[in-house]
Amino acid sequence: MIALDPDANRPKFINVRVKRQDGPGKEPYWQLFKIDYEPELNVITVLQRIAALSETSDGKKVTPVVWDCGCLEEVCGACTMQINGRVRQSCSALVDQLLKDNADELVLEPMSKFPVLRDLMVDRSRLFNALEKVKAWVPVDSYYNMGPGERQLRATQEQNYPLSQCMSCGCCVDACPQYNKIELARKDGETDEEFRRREEKAWNEGFVGPHAISQAVLFNNHPTGKSISGERMDALTGPGGIQACGNAQNCVAVCPKEIPLTTSIARAGRAATIHTIKKWFEK
Amino acid sequence: MSNQRVVVVGGGLAGLASAMKLAELGVSVDLISLTPVKRSHSVCAQGGINSCNDQTRQLGDNEWKHFDDTVYGGDFLNHQPPVKEMAYWAPKVIDLMDRLGVPFNRTGEGFLDRRRFGGTLYKRTAFAGATTGQQLLYALDEQVRRRVAEGLIRKFEFWDFLGPIQDDNGRVRGVVAQDMVSMEIRAFPADAAVVATGGCGLVYGRSTMSVFCTGSAASRCFQAGAKYGNGEFIQVHPTAIPGSDKLRLMSESARGEGGRVWVPRKPHDSRAPRDIPASDRYYFLEERYPEYGNLVPRDIATREIFDICVNDGLSVDPERMCVYLDLTHIPKAELDRKLGGILEIYEKFQGVDPRIEPMRIFPAVHYSMGGLWADYVKSADGGLEAGAPRNHMTNLEGLYAIGECDYHYHGANRLGANSLLSCIFTGLFTGPSIVNYIDSQSGGHADIEPSTLSAAVAKQQERHDHLLTGNSGSDENPYLIHQELGDIMTRAATVVRRNDQLSDAIEKVNDLHERAMKVNLSDTGSWSNQNVIFAKSLQDMFPIAKSILGGALRRDECRGAHFKPDFQKPSLTAEDPAERRKQAEEWCDAFEKNNEKYLKSTIADYDNATMQPQFSYEDVDTSLQPPRPRLYGLVGADIIEEVWKERAEAKKQTPEMASS
Repeated sequence: MIALDPDANRPKFINVRVKRQDGPGKEPYWQLFKIDYEPELNVITVLQRIAALSETSDGKKVTPVVWDCGCLEEVCGACTMQINGRVRQSCSALVDQLLKDNADELVLEPMSKFPVLRDLMVDRSRLFNALEKVKAWVPVDSYYNMGPGERQLRATQEQNYPLSQCMSCGCCVDACPQYNKIELARKDGETDEEFRRREEKAWNEGFVGPHAISQAVLFNNHPTGKSISGERMDALTGPGGIQACGNAQNCVAVCPKEIPLTTSIARAGRAATIHTIKKWFEK
Repeated sequence: MSNQRVVVVGGGLAGLASAMKLAELGVSVDLISLTPVKRSHSVCAQGGINSCNDQTRQLGDNEWKHFDDTVYGGDFLNHQPPVKEMAYWAPKVIDLMDRLGVPFNRTGEGFLDRRRFGGTLYKRTAFAGATTGQQLLYALDEQVRRRVAEGLIRKFEFWDFLGPIQDDNGRVRGVVAQDMVSMEIRAFPADAAVVATGGCGLVYGRSTMSVFCTGSAASRCFQAGAKYGNGEFIQVHPTAIPGSDKLRLMSESARGEGGRVWVPRKPHDSRAPRDIPASDRYYFLEERYPEYGNLVPRDIATREIFDICVNDGLSVDPERMCVYLDLTHIPKAELDRKLGGILEIYEKFQGVDPRIEPMRIFPAVHYSMGGLWADYVKSADGGLEAGAPRNHMTNLEGLYAIGECDYHYHGANRLGANSLLSCIFTGLFTGPSIVNYIDSQSGGHADIEPSTLSAAVAKQQERHDHLLTGNSGSDENPYLIHQELGDIMTRAATVVRRNDQLSDAIEKVNDLHERAMKVNLSDTGSWSNQNVIFAKSLQDMFPIAKSILGGALRRDECRGAHFKPDFQKPSLTAEDPAERRKQAEEWCDAFEKNNEKYLKSTIADYDNATMQPQFSYEDVDTSLQPPRPRLYGLVGADIIEEVWKERAEAKKQTPEMASS
């Protein structure tokens, strides 16, 4: 039901170029796939067709392309990848639109800032780790029945709800020039836990990312959440915190949920200044 | 450090609520999920979560009425004590979610705003825009992250649950799961296990569900001996956006906020919808159901939309069946505030702005009312006995089922905005029950026979290895078999069911199952092999598919979502009052007779040798509210209701005669 130009010549085939990688640390390589054109395809369906076919355009049998997906309606954040050079969700990437921009082929690559596990699937643990770092939660006393929360103005809800729609997809950090890829190789004899601790240390030195800053702002704006705002600001004023932001504003441009990330960063920046001065006086 | 350990499988609302409550009670939790828990299918829930509230109470509402709407909407197939408990917990659940920071929409004065949903006349539904499931899930995800940071919960994400571990006495002592990246298979020993793994929409190929809602986790328990209840009760949501990869949900809240469903009275009217005057529009739900209008229960709305397209030939689009869902009369600012999330989905995937042009929608498979059989202990006041170890335990000792994957709460048809409630409620409520169960056991997770664990792992390793290399000569492709399965199930077992079609589908699915056991994989590697993971889940869809079809075939009646036109109860036809009264008496006789036979839960046991479910029937506890005819929109409903009330009154006066 996409408004199509009825006179436009539709292609018979779609060429899909996929950047593949067999595992972490392996060399990436390209494969070209050719699938029948159908109207109203999205990139998920294209990948499903490729999986069912498992054959390159020159007839070579290959393994299905590995990728991550979930809801297919752009609320879970799983299926993020680079499509024709732009980071976005593959479910909402409609082929007819993509062909308008590049009629020759679709180019699918994994996200650029996370270690590749295989093909288009990356390890985004660092993204979730950042939420732990900024304590993105409301520190309630218990899960017993204690009556309702505090009343909130509609204006407060309307300010918080957009921030709360962040689905941790990773588009913002993938487009951020200050967010660098951190990929560690496991050492011989290292246990899962030891390796994870080493990873967390490295992640915590790197930039925390716009999504996490925005979550800190969200919880600092909640009546109970703000009770630990100092701890969140400690995290944001420490290594990898808000000072690493270079104000490129790519994050807000690529966010599929149009979350006002730069507004959050500006709010967090002002709060960080106050927090630092306050701490200086408290010394 | 706690000495109790529970493994929770599934990180949607139910699994997260369970994990965080258990952690609060001092239990160490291993949480296993095949996706990062923040991406679980609960994110797709849109409309809201129900409870009676201060405002509805003053209009005559209370918890009992919420209970009554739920069992009436469910056509009385729901065991009533769990539903009663849930309805009485509902206001408390919403209070807790409010404290946890869910950005519920607010009234001008700062209270929680509420909207109306289907199957009730009260505005019970609290909501956060049109992404309520997402917002509730995030609040629980955040609490679980907090408990992970405190060392109380360990998360295992991208791990696929392969089956429960049972000791020689049949008690479940943990689970086996597989790392979907490294493909390592390992045992997770525990004192008890909880499955909270959601629905089985993928059995139908395309549905409103996420790609991992295959039902395979429930199926693995089913194949290990757990009973599966009411499989044939699959909710088909009235309003979804058809797509080639998925049927995307268009929330009931669109109608709750005033959306109207219509078709042009003239078949395939070529005018643009805004050019069709009101007199040429057929608002068929409003005309046929004046009381509930567009907010009739889902099974009814679905059948009407199906009927108007299939039988009346009034589909908006001659090529593809659909009707209009119209919001264009509502101010844009209000739409954005209350429904923004779902309108964006429509706009993004259809390229049309639903604020300006009516949406085109059609029904789609949406929710499994049935699921793993789970026990409960009834309390003296007709609810559940808090803390009783058997609450939500399956027939496998030590294995609990909660959320969409259990068979409770929704009977033959679920009311909108009750699923989020049942998921969170069961997660919270079962915490103390599980702790008490563990306290009553002598052996714990630390003293399980190592051979029990290694045998369970070896069995799964064998299955895995066989799939990789065992069928190298075959040309069966798991993805194509899945498409075939979806087509068969969608044709035979959705809105309208006929016995000849069901029998035919059973044969086809039997054949397909055999073929699925011989799939040849294009990826035989041992690193992030999605091919083999999918093949396993495909094979495990069949026991569920067979339970749906077999249960549907054996149930010769209409009840909630299960609709067989050959067994439909007729409307009254007589004009003469005396004759009409007589017909109503006969109608009620037939209704009672039918209930004697079919007001029972279908219970399936899986026989691994024959690869077939075996069916038996369980009485439903209707002790709190006697079943009554569900009369939405039936011609003659008034007189049937009158007759029925007289009978109910008579029964009350001679209670010894009322046994059912």
